[in-house]
Amino acid sequence: MSDRVYKVVLGAVAAIFAALLIAFVVAIATQGVPAFSKLGFSFLWSSNWDPTHNHFGILAFLVGTLETTAIAVILTVPIGLGTALALAYLAPRRLRAPLGTAVELLAAVPSIVYGLWGLLVVAPFFRSQIEPGLSSVFGWTGLFGGANQGVGLLLAGVILFIMVLPTMVAISRDVLAAVPSDQVEGAMALGATRWQLLRKVVVPGARVGVLGAFTLATGRALGETVAVALVIGNSAHLATSLKSNAGTIPSLIVSSFGEATGTELNVLFTAGLVLLIMGIAVNALARVFVRTVKRSGAASVAVA
Amino acid sequence: MTTLSFDSSADPILSRRAEIQRIASASVKRRKVYSKVGIGFCLVCLVIACIPLLAIIGYTIAKGLPAWTTTFFTQPTKPEGIPGGGLYNAIIGSLIIDAIAIAVTVPFGILGGLFLAESDGRIAGAVRFAADILTGVPSITIGIFGYIIWVKNVGSYSGYAGAFAIGIIMVPVIMRAAETAIRGVPTTLSEAGLSLGARKLTIARRVILPAALPGLITGVLLAVARGAGETAPLLFTIFGNQFIQTNPAKPMEALPLAIYNYSSQPYNDLIQIAWGGALLLMAVILVLNVGSRLISARLRREQR
Amino acid sequence: MTDRSSTNNITQTLGLTTEEVFVAHEPGTSKVMRLEDVSVAFNGRPAVRGVTFDAYEKEVTALIGPSGSGKTTLLRALNRMHDTQRSAKVTGRIMLGDTDVNDRSTDPTLLRSRVGMVFQRPNPFPTMSIYENSVAGLRFNGVRKKSLLDEAAESSLVAAALWDSVRDRLKVSASTLSGGEQQRLCIARALAVEPEVLLMDEPTSALDPIATKRIEELIGELKDRVTIIIVTHNMQQAMRVSDRCAFLLMAEDRSGELIEFAATSKLFSEPDDPRTLDYVNGRFG
Repeated sequence: MSDRVYKVVLGAVAAIFAALLIAFVVAIATQGVPAFSKLGFSFLWSSNWDPTHNHFGILAFLVGTLETTAIAVILTVPIGLGTALALAYLAPRRLRAPLGTAVELLAAVPSIVYGLWGLLVVAPFFRSQIEPGLSSVFGWTGLFGGANQGVGLLLAGVILFIMVLPTMVAISRDVLAAVPSDQVEGAMALGATRWQLLRKVVVPGARVGVLGAFTLATGRALGETVAVALVIGNSAHLATSLKSNAGTIPSLIVSSFGEATGTELNVLFTAGLVLLIMGIAVNALARVFVRTVKRSGAASVAVA
Repeated sequence: MTTLSFDSSADPILSRRAEIQRIASASVKRRKVYSKVGIGFCLVCLVIACIPLLAIIGYTIAKGLPAWTTTFFTQPTKPEGIPGGGLYNAIIGSLIIDAIAIAVTVPFGILGGLFLAESDGRIAGAVRFAADILTGVPSITIGIFGYIIWVKNVGSYSGYAGAFAIGIIMVPVIMRAAETAIRGVPTTLSEAGLSLGARKLTIARRVILPAALPGLITGVLLAVARGAGETAPLLFTIFGNQFIQTNPAKPMEALPLAIYNYSSQPYNDLIQIAWGGALLLMAVILVLNVGSRLISARLRREQR
Repeated sequence: MTDRSSTNNITQTLGLTTEEVFVAHEPGTSKVMRLEDVSVAFNGRPAVRGVTFDAYEKEVTALIGPSGSGKTTLLRALNRMHDTQRSAKVTGRIMLGDTDVNDRSTDPTLLRSRVGMVFQRPNPFPTMSIYENSVAGLRFNGVRKKSLLDEAAESSLVAAALWDSVRDRLKVSASTLSGGEQQRLCIARALAVEPEVLLMDEPTSALDPIATKRIEELIGELKDRVTIIIVTHNMQQAMRVSDRCAFLLMAEDRSGELIEFAATSKLFSEPDDPRTLDYVNGRFG
């Protein structure tokens, strides 16, 4: 095959791939738009989801998506950062690689296995131990009303947290470890304790990358479907407490798609479009942060 | 000869020194306690991060292993209430769908990787951008895409549609891994080929790809691990089939899908089968993951 | 055995005037830091062994010698920088006043507020402003009083000859400074804690000649305030800035040992040891 043909073939592959992406966005957009012409925009902020009576408000699911993601992120940032610091600086050196691998392997477990485990192992544990415990200690906050069911918003958030933790840890660990040792030594030589140097020099030095890690983790949490669908209890109502059943956009689509027709199907496609937009936006933001770190070489200092 | 005694109360430096030392000594205990607490927190986070992996693997093995009977591997899924079911149709279905996906995406991804590695123009930038987006997007949207493009147009659910959706998930992973692996091949090798008058395709086939092989294999293994574990794309494309179906043009069953369907059933034997399926899926994917790590570790060692 | 003529040879070879060789100064008489038989080993293999000398108050003591002779390793033992490396073992006594630096009961954090360090490549904290950099050491040591911080910041920046050029932009990031300015900021940062000893590890080797000259001048001005121990591979620099020199050389077992410790003027003109003479004559290095 001559060189020119070779180049054409490679170019064709690239073009097909780019076309695939365009087709992807166009397909979902075109399927997602009709609902607006049928229903206007109001269904986006109505929480009344009752397809049999022609109510298609998806607000409850939007809120549920945000709530589960928020729980996951609130847990992931401190614990992920702490784990990353431990892996980069604090754990015994010989354990760092194996423990790091163990955390990364968490990302490899298929989400259906998370869902199964979450539903059949963790939910009963939540119902019998965690939820009663949390309700008695934190009941005054008003966040823990309702029955102890195990499944629900809190469980979904926690399972999501476990699923996105490896992302947060892996990226954070890399950027934290990339802070130049010059600065670490400089802080040490001034009389800083280990914690002071981590808090005041290492973490600030890696802050852009850590932000990127956190954003990527958020993106993953937003889009997770199967594990959440199994443990969130699948309710169409706005959650009133952390123990309530709830729904997310992905869980809505998954549970209703099989039998949906007509307007309901249109709305589900629109929900998918909304999810796509959120996912792309968050991911693009994350890549901006992470790319900035890689280009600047972890905030190194120029010497004349 | 100058005397070297100074009146410390008059010399600001000495008095400042004394005060700084006083403050430092008085605060050192507190600072060290804070340091210990902070470091302890990070180590606790590390422990927390490692527990879920052990828990998931442990429970899945404990509950799934008993399900691995001959029936499990040889009998298709039976409807609820009928004993003697297995996951044979799901296993076969997954194998077929994943094989089709691999057969298409591996050459496509490697060619794409060759394209990206050899050019840095705007098209390459666009392709990389597309790959980044496709890896970050929620997998349910890819399932929806597969539905729109394949199922709607062709008229029925099919194994091909599933392979298409899984393929979209796999291609960006292979492409980026291929690009990295190919860029890692020293340019001296390809230059040597060029100086001998070889065509680009020949150089690619005979020099670059063999040299990049470990990185390519790593990428493919990771891509398969990712694609094979996904459930959401399958939910919208293959529909499921309780009979053994080997024709990819028809609706098929697949492992993640079967597990998903069984997981919310109240029948104990079906739950048992679900655990068995989860163990099988998780085992395969973890093996693929660990395998790809070992290969890339050996690759790194050899490169030194 | 050396006479005036060979001294002239040395001065001519090195391009210095006789006045510059014999630095006139007022030597301190009290010993700020005393090293007794100090050795540093990594995984059992010694990197530098059996070093004994004293650093005098208000003087600059230089550690000189060819690369590999263990100068930096020795310097870093003086403020316990080897603590983080499990494979490192420091033996011997390092007396700072009444305290044995090397004793396990001595707290390294407190020690480092008394013995500061400036590194080869300037390392200001990039996420902090100039002001924050200069008071970083104080903050690490628990100082919170704003008046004390401001006072120390100004004093140390003045001492580092940086105050005039940065006083109007103290809140600006430290990365905006040039290399030489950054190194002076690092010196100010170390000085702000008012240490008794300042360790300098080849502080000018990453800088251009003009910046180097300014820092050498600075060292001369600073030694009244703080005792300086400097590692340098540049013989001319050692002659210009130091009052006493410790000459280290790598022995056959690849560990560094102290060959000679004397006043700079003597070491460079009439050293006791022939190996010293060879080194200062440029026969190797």
